[in-house]
Amino acid sequence: MVRLISFLVGLFFSGWLLVSLIMGAYTYVTEPIAPKVEAQFFKEPKHVEFAHDGAFGKWDTAQLQRGFKVYNEVCSACHSLRHVAFGDLMAIGYTEEQAKAFAASKQVPSVNGQTGEPDTRPGALADKFPSPFANDVAASAANGGAIPPDLSLITKARHHGPAYVASLLSGYEDPPATLPAENQPAPGKYYNPYFASLNIGMGPPLSDGQVTFDDGSPSTVDAMAKDVSAFLTWTAEPKLMERKAVGIGTLLFLILATTLAYMSYRTIWAEKKGH
Amino acid sequence: MSFPWAKEYAPKAPVMKWLDDRLPLPRFVYNAVGAGYPVPRNLNYFWNFGVLAGVALMIQIVTGIVLAMHYSANTLVAFDSVEHIMRDVNSGWLLRYLHANGASMFFIVIYIHIFRGFFFSSYKAPREMIWLLGVTIFLLMMATAFMGYVLPWGQMSFWGAQVITGLFEAIPLVGPALKEWLLGGFSPDQAALNRFFSLHYLLPFVILGAVILHIWALHIPGSSNPTGVEIKTAEDTVPFHPYYTSKDGFGLGVFLIILTILVGFLPNMLGHPDNYIPANPLSTPAHIVPEWYFWPFYAILRAFTVDFFFIPAKLLGVLAMFGSILVWFILPWLDTSPVRSGLYRPLFRKFFWVLVIDMAFLFYLGGAPAEEPYVMMSQLASAYYFAHFLIILPLVSMIEKPKPLPGSITEAVLGKSEPTAAAALA
Repeated sequence: MVRLISFLVGLFFSGWLLVSLIMGAYTYVTEPIAPKVEAQFFKEPKHVEFAHDGAFGKWDTAQLQRGFKVYNEVCSACHSLRHVAFGDLMAIGYTEEQAKAFAASKQVPSVNGQTGEPDTRPGALADKFPSPFANDVAASAANGGAIPPDLSLITKARHHGPAYVASLLSGYEDPPATLPAENQPAPGKYYNPYFASLNIGMGPPLSDGQVTFDDGSPSTVDAMAKDVSAFLTWTAEPKLMERKAVGIGTLLFLILATTLAYMSYRTIWAEKKGH
Repeated sequence: MSFPWAKEYAPKAPVMKWLDDRLPLPRFVYNAVGAGYPVPRNLNYFWNFGVLAGVALMIQIVTGIVLAMHYSANTLVAFDSVEHIMRDVNSGWLLRYLHANGASMFFIVIYIHIFRGFFFSSYKAPREMIWLLGVTIFLLMMATAFMGYVLPWGQMSFWGAQVITGLFEAIPLVGPALKEWLLGGFSPDQAALNRFFSLHYLLPFVILGAVILHIWALHIPGSSNPTGVEIKTAEDTVPFHPYYTSKDGFGLGVFLIILTILVGFLPNMLGHPDNYIPANPLSTPAHIVPEWYFWPFYAILRAFTVDFFFIPAKLLGVLAMFGSILVWFILPWLDTSPVRSGLYRPLFRKFFWVLVIDMAFLFYLGGAPAEEPYVMMSQLASAYYFAHFLIILPLVSMIEKPKPLPGSITEAVLGKSEPTAAAALA
């Protein structure tokens, strides 16, 4: 009885799936789906290499500091970095005095001690980076209806994050002549083939020589895009070095322990397995 | 333990004798995983995965309890509290990555454990109850994992919860009311997050209880083995300790190495980037996908695109998705072949590998976007899935002529031209 009912249920599910398949295939053949314009013009992120890649890679602190400078002078006008505290900057090679001085140069939201009115005060090490906008409505109003995303986690919140950020920032170009009219960027939008919809609300943020690096590194668009991408990899995963160190140490221990476990397993079984 | 050849626990130290008369806990352990549990001597590495699943559960419980000390189940701060764990809590990043990747490892281990059961027909008499409890554990795991994925309150958390609870809407008459009752609102929000957290903390202990029953049920008939021939003499067995404790120790080492590689070097490989974007009810992600371990069932859900007269396609998909796991419950009665092991079932064995390929294909399709030609492929793969369990398996059991079985486990191991344990599944 169980098998008879099961047989009928199986026949129904499998049969109806095959009927759906035939109907779908008929539609697929008679009304072929036009390939999406976005898919034709979209580009996968460029290949970008960083010093911190791989199991043994280390942060290039000079690069992180350059990237921080790009963020501070360019990106921070619109993009917040709300998970990062001023004190965290000490992890990328700044001294406590430098971090304190930088924090003090920024105003963070506060409450007036006398009147209780909203106020601002100079930042301290424990403060997170303040947002450039008071709230999402203000951010949206100032940016043509789009809210500039927070950048703290951006390299983990996009596929191929670091490469995506570097490619996007250096990937602005004129729309190709073959791009259909309805996909041409509307006023206030910019063509960027690394962006999923091809048209992005952010204007090209970087131009050659825009930021002057203290270490005299070149400030081409490509170099700055890569530096800020490295910096944002750090903001998204500040414990990357600890994580890899723990990974390598644990792995060494486990390989030794597993080898010993295997040897004891073979020893214990030596008599039982023999033919 | 009722085996006549099982060793009797005999405490020597006076304090152990004293304890044994009052609370025979050492005797219980001895009979469960010690020398008092005789196990077939021919188990291959596929028999390691039960212990590994138990370890995976313990890793999840331990890391989860500590994570819960730092997490806030409040929609306003849940996402930030996870970042607080990642940045400010001592080794918080390690705990969270262990927990997230530990869940993936748990499912990898469980899928291998289940397919071990399929191939060697571990569900057959007298082990049906072990199998039924196992399928129950799998269902509980899926519920637990789903609710755990909602807790970080990222984009995939929110939209995953929206889609999965939306499935209940497909139930006729009571569907919409049921969805509202489950969520405590019209869409996932504070009420849903809070109760998911509560249940995500509760269910692992329900799983633990079911695991205890699963192991208890296992100890009644004892472990199965790759030949499928029952134990006949004491020679067929070895005591669990030290033989299988040592083998499980090695298996555990390999398991931990893989977990360490994931946590140390690829911690986000199995996750979705969108879950690092805070939940936003006003912005739907381009492709809503659940965690990878749900993909085969997600593919089956989406394969139903055509209404069957008065039954809407969505309801069919929901029934099929739940049915695709519930069918495992009746597996012991669908497969009527007297032979257990796939090693001695030539026809069954071919269809088993087709099922493995079909399942791998469903994994791929569940993660692919819901557009053609993936939908058609899902329909084909899902059709085979149901046909395999409900039509092919009972028929194969009837028409197949199995190969001769070895006389005993010992005979199989000591090589009378039969496949040895080491050659199993080769």
